[in-house]
Amino acid sequence: MKTKDLVYIALFAAIVVALGLFPAIELPFSKVPITAQSLGVMLAGSILGWRRGGLALLVFVLLVAVGFPVLPGGRGGMGIFFLPSGGFVLSWPLAALVVGYLTERLWARYNLAVALVPNLVGGVLVVYAIGLPFMAAVANISLGQAFTIMWAFVPGDVAKCVLAALAAVAVRRTHPLLAPVATTSGPSRSGTR
Amino acid sequence: MLSLYRPGDSVLHRAPAGPKLVVLLVTCLTVFLVDELWFTAVCGTVVLVLWRIALIPYRELGRQLRGLWVVALLLAVFQVWANGWHEAAMTVLRLLALLLLASLVTMTSRTSHIVDALESAARPLALVGMRPGRIAFLIGLTLRFIPLIREKAEEIRAAQRARGVERRPLALLLPLLLKTLTMADAISEALDARGFEST
Amino acid sequence: MFRIEKVEHRYGDRTVLQDVSVELSERRVAVVGANGSGKSTFARLLNGLVVPTSGTVTVDGLDTRKDGRKVRARVGFVFQDPDLQIVMPTVAEDLAFGLKHRGLSKAEIDQRVEQALEDNGLGDLRDQPAHLLSGGQKQRLAIASVLATAPRYVVFDEPTTMLDLRSKRQISRVIAELEQPVVVVSHDMDLLEGFDRVLVFDEGRLVADGPPDVSIAFYLELMGAC
Repeated sequence: MKTKDLVYIALFAAIVVALGLFPAIELPFSKVPITAQSLGVMLAGSILGWRRGGLALLVFVLLVAVGFPVLPGGRGGMGIFFLPSGGFVLSWPLAALVVGYLTERLWARYNLAVALVPNLVGGVLVVYAIGLPFMAAVANISLGQAFTIMWAFVPGDVAKCVLAALAAVAVRRTHPLLAPVATTSGPSRSGTR
Repeated sequence: MLSLYRPGDSVLHRAPAGPKLVVLLVTCLTVFLVDELWFTAVCGTVVLVLWRIALIPYRELGRQLRGLWVVALLLAVFQVWANGWHEAAMTVLRLLALLLLASLVTMTSRTSHIVDALESAARPLALVGMRPGRIAFLIGLTLRFIPLIREKAEEIRAAQRARGVERRPLALLLPLLLKTLTMADAISEALDARGFEST
Repeated sequence: MFRIEKVEHRYGDRTVLQDVSVELSERRVAVVGANGSGKSTFARLLNGLVVPTSGTVTVDGLDTRKDGRKVRARVGFVFQDPDLQIVMPTVAEDLAFGLKHRGLSKAEIDQRVEQALEDNGLGDLRDQPAHLLSGGQKQRLAIASVLATAPRYVVFDEPTTMLDLRSKRQISRVIAELEQPVVVVSHDMDLLEGFDRVLVFDEGRLVADGPPDVSIAFYLELMGAC
C-alpha cells in the first residue's frame, strides 16, 4: 500500500469519528434519533473501495477497543462490544468492505441509482445481518424481537443511503479514487490503486 | 482526544494489557458456555471486587456507557415478563458482569499498551501480507485528523452561513469530503518528505 | 550540493518547469517567483518528492530518481502549512515520528525528542495536542520535527506565508540560525536578508540567478512593482 492509501484509511476513520460529533437528527417520519456515523461506513466503502474502506472502519473499531470515546455521546471502550447494540459497531468493517466491493464492481456505470445498491446491501443489510443476531444473543431474545426494537432505525438508514450515494457520485466526478475495473478482473487489483 | 483510561496505581493498573485482554476474552466465552446462574453470579461478584481493587468509582461507568442502566432495566423487565425470573437474572447478570469487566480493562490500561498488545497478537497476520506494525501509526494519524476535520467543518459551516445556506446535510458533507481529501493528499506528501516509506 | 540538470517537469499536459539547470552549493539560497511560476515544484525536486519528467536531480551525487529514500533522509522539507505537516496528535509524538522511520532505538528516540523539545522551546508543550498550538508554535514544531532527524540540508516551501508578523520574525530567526545549508522558497523579502544567492522563476523558467540585490531588483521589476 502506498502512503496515500494509509492516509485515506486514517482520514475516513477520522471522518466516521467526526460524523459522531454532529448532533443526532430526528427524522420527521420516525422519532428515533439517528447519528451520522453509519453514513461514514457507506462513504468509506463507496469512495475508497473494499480494501481501504474496510481497513478504515477496522481502524475505527480499534479506536473504540483501545479506549477512545469516539462513539456518539463520548462513548467508547471495550464495554461497548458487550452491549446488546455492540454488534452493529462490530459489523462496520465488513459492511464498508461489502459497500466497497460492490461499488468497485459497479464503478464503470456508477450513478445515483446504481450507488444506492452497495449502500443498501453493505450499509444496511450486512449491518443488520450481524447486529440483530448479536443483539438477540446478548439480550437473550428472539431475532424477531430484536428486529421489533430496531426497525424504527431503518428509515433513517435508508435516508443515509441516499445521502451517501449523492456524496459518492459527486466525489467520483471531481476526486475519483477508484480505477475503472474491467468486469473480468477482481477487485483486489483495483482497490489498491 | 483523551482516552477513557483512568490513571491509577492499583495491581490492575500495573498488570500488562495483553493478559488482561486474554482474561476478558476467556471470561466472555466461559460465561456464555457454562450458562449457569450461580457461575455468572460468582463472576459478577469477582468483577465487583476487582472494581474495588482498581479504586475506580462506579459512576465512571455511566460516562463510558451512557444509557447502560436504562438498557439493563428494560432488559430485566422484558426478561421477567417473557422468560421468568431465572432467565431474567441470568441475562442481566451476564450482561453487567461482562460490561463491568470490559470497562475495567479499558479504564486500567493505557491505550498505547493495548495497541502494543494488539500489534503483537496480530503479528501472524504478517504472513498474509498485512502489516500489524502499522496499527499504532494509523491510530495516531486518525487522532491527528479528527481536530483537522472539525476545523474544516466549522470553516465550511461559517462560510455557508455567511451566504445564507443553513443546515443542508449535503451542502456541508460534500465540500468537507473534497477539502479533506485534498488535505489528505498534502499530508501524504508530508509523510513521504519525512521519511515514511510505505513499501 | 544540489545539481539540477536539464530538468523539465509536466503535470499531464501542463509544463510547470522547463530547461532548468543549476548547481546549488551556497549556505543560503532563496527561490522567488509568482504563484504558478514553478518554484514549489522546484523545491520538491530537491528532496525527490517530485521526480522530473526529464533531466536529473542529484544531491551529493545521489540521484533522486533512484535513491529517493536516501535523498529524503538527507534533505529535510518544511511545508507552507504546518497543519498538513504535523502527522501525530501530540507534540512529542510528532517529534518522534520521523525518528521512528530512521531505525533508531527507543532510548535514542526518547533522548532526541527531549533534546528537540528543549532546543526549540517546546518543553512545556510536550503532551499538548498539536491542534491546540498557535500558528507560530505549529510551524516551530514542524521545523523541530524535521531538524530532529538531523538532515544535512533543509528546504523550506514558503514557511512564513501562513503566519502573523511576530511568528514570521521568530521563524526567520530560526532559519537564520540553522547550521545546515538551506533553500528557502518565499514571497517574504524580509526573510531573505543575508542570503547568498537568489533564484527567480517565471512561468517555469529560471529567469534570474545571482546575489540578492540584483535578483530581487529583477524580480520586483518582473512583478511590475513600483
